Amino acid sequence: MGAHDAAEIPEALGSFLAALSLGLGFNATVVVIGTTLLGLAAGAVGAFMLLRKRALMSDALSHATLPGVALAFLLGVALETDPRALPLLLAGATATSVLGVLAVQGITRASRIREDAAIGIVLSVFFGFGVVLLSYIQALPQGGQAGLKTFILGQTAAMRVPDAELIGAVALCALLVCALLYHPFRLVCFDADYGRVVGLPVTLVDLALMGLIVVVTVIGLKAVGLIMVVALVIVPAAAARFWTERMARFVPLSALFGGVAGWIGAARSASLPRLPAGAVIVLVAGVVFVLSFLFAPARGVLADAWRRLRLRLVTVRDHFLRAAFEQLEAAGTGAAGSFALADIAEDRGWSARHAGWIARWMAARGFAAHLPDGRMHLTPTGREAAQRVTRAHRLWEQLLLVQGAGRIGQAHRSADLVEHVLSPAMVAALEAELAARGATAQPMPPAPERSRQP
Amino acid sequence: MTGLDLETFLRIDLPGGLSAMLACLACGVLGNFLVLRKQSLMGDALSHAVLPGLVAGFLVSGSRSTGPMMLGAIAAALLATVLIQAARRLARLESGAAMGVVFSILFALGLVMLEQSHARDVDLDVDCVLSGQLETILWLAASGWGSLADPAALAELPRQLVALAGMNLAVALFVAIFWRALKLTSFDPDFATALGFRAHRFELVLMLLIAAACVAAFEAVGSILVIAMLICPAATARLLTDRYGVQMALAAGISAATG
Repeated sequence: MGAHDAAEIPEALGSFLAALSLGLGFNATVVVIGTTLLGLAAGAVGAFMLLRKRALMSDALSHATLPGVALAFLLGVALETDPRALPLLLAGATATSVLGVLAVQGITRASRIREDAAIGIVLSVFFGFGVVLLSYIQALPQGGQAGLKTFILGQTAAMRVPDAELIGAVALCALLVCALLYHPFRLVCFDADYGRVVGLPVTLVDLALMGLIVVVTVIGLKAVGLIMVVALVIVPAAAARFWTERMARFVPLSALFGGVAGWIGAARSASLPRLPAGAVIVLVAGVVFVLSFLFAPARGVLADAWRRLRLRLVTVRDHFLRAAFEQLEAAGTGAAGSFALADIAEDRGWSARHAGWIARWMAARGFAAHLPDGRMHLTPTGREAAQRVTRAHRLWEQLLLVQGAGRIGQAHRSADLVEHVLSPAMVAALEAELAARGATAQPMPPAPERSRQP
Repeated sequence: MTGLDLETFLRIDLPGGLSAMLACLACGVLGNFLVLRKQSLMGDALSHAVLPGLVAGFLVSGSRSTGPMMLGAIAAALLATVLIQAARRLARLESGAAMGVVFSILFALGLVMLEQSHARDVDLDVDCVLSGQLETILWLAASGWGSLADPAALAELPRQLVALAGMNLAVALFVAIFWRALKLTSFDPDFATALGFRAHRFELVLMLLIAAACVAAFEAVGSILVIAMLICPAATARLLTDRYGVQMALAAGISAATG
């Protein structure tokens, strides 16, 4: 951040905010709107691509556009028209990227090379060819490849109003098609075979999806460049995936993330021309991704860790309570009696230190309390909870034994895993099941005779 | 062959040709595991992900010499590898999406760093990764066949060539030592885990090795060729055989011949 540190920042911030509110002059506004629409379309199409497990198809596609752009430029030179006219270049890009898609599908269908390898082959061959063509064009007298290199990295600042209008209009059409074909797309993403059975033209639907991704990639070329248009397709969808398990929310959310990235990124780079727009757009999307990755409540990492921790705590609590209950039962002192922590630790295979932590935690939660003589006893809450979990454990054991589980050891191991998640409703169902099999569910079934666990 | 021709061959053609062959060999061998693991696009992902490392290497060292930039590239490649594995396991993304997310974000980061730094003004040669610098790998100390046995001349061997040779040695050792483990984890990681094998950790080591080999090869032959050489020999061999050992040998042969 060298030269523009002190004086420019407030001004830059001002114009950034102005661009966010679309007050940065007509040209910038059109560019920002065009890029936002592009982001929306890319996010929506990317959502389907992610579910179809074809996220990197856009990678092959975007690299395959390069020879098309170069060939179109050469054609323009040969026909003596403006070789840098965007429609001409985009038409060339479309042609070779369609060829690229067909090549990937041809390779995977005709041989046993898998899709990822096919994508890699097509990508490197097409892009290599494109680079060769570019270096040939550079040697031409018509001013070299300066305009073409922006297709690799993208340059929103170089986008003219007609370009932005073209991009925005096409993106809008792509969004419309997404909305219209939402149901067939959804079916193909989740269960293409089922779709085939119910008479959906799966190949055709897939082709439509591929068409959309070609369209989005091609119009994204000018704005964000061929490498980062991949990000615009994948990143918003991957970010949205953390937030929801429902398709009807996932697709709009992905589109929204893409749109936000396009909007903020384009506005930011409109106010600071030194920042490459494509990169800023991708970084905004990246921030959205990282935030979703960490904090999304549905599948985010922190939420996940919290759920796992809670399950572990519940497991430990249940094991402590049941061990205590069984100690008291064996001692015959009744539920109000006292027990030694060391016995529980031995029963569960806990180290003394570990058991000490658990005992302190159980005391803090009000399930058990330390007695002056160093032993422990269960509080009324703890007694109730211990009774519940022990009963669930034994009912499950009993059911498995009635059903013919081979050894009591197996039934015990299974019950050990299951007792923590048996809700009252499931316990009731267990009782009914046992009754149906001629066994009575007692208030507290006796512990089955069992040898010590290995 | 006249003395002058021999000298030119040793100085210019041999190091370049040998580097290309070694680069292709390492990629061809490692590529087998990527293709079998359905992660063929790792090379592509890495070639983009090294950009921030290149720029950082340049910024830290302040010079355009390739040494620090390549160190940065290796660091970035290793980071990308770890991030991709993390995205696959923690975020439960399929591997294609995980690669796409990681490499595109890293690439964008690299671009912004490039534009924001002074690097822009000195025209940092990012293309050195794109197409490689095979023609700059020269062995100027060579004067005849005798130089091949002369320690002083051998010490002047191009750094890239030495790095690639070391890389190949490391790859060969790794494959020889962990052959069974590689087979097992490539075909059925879940089964390997069930056998008590730490498939995930092992995979990470493999991926880190691939990242290092890729960066060494980028410098010599360029990223496009690396992407191709990671996939094409293995895919070709896959078409020719169903046996793992044969597949490896074929892929190595094909790639060395191409190089």
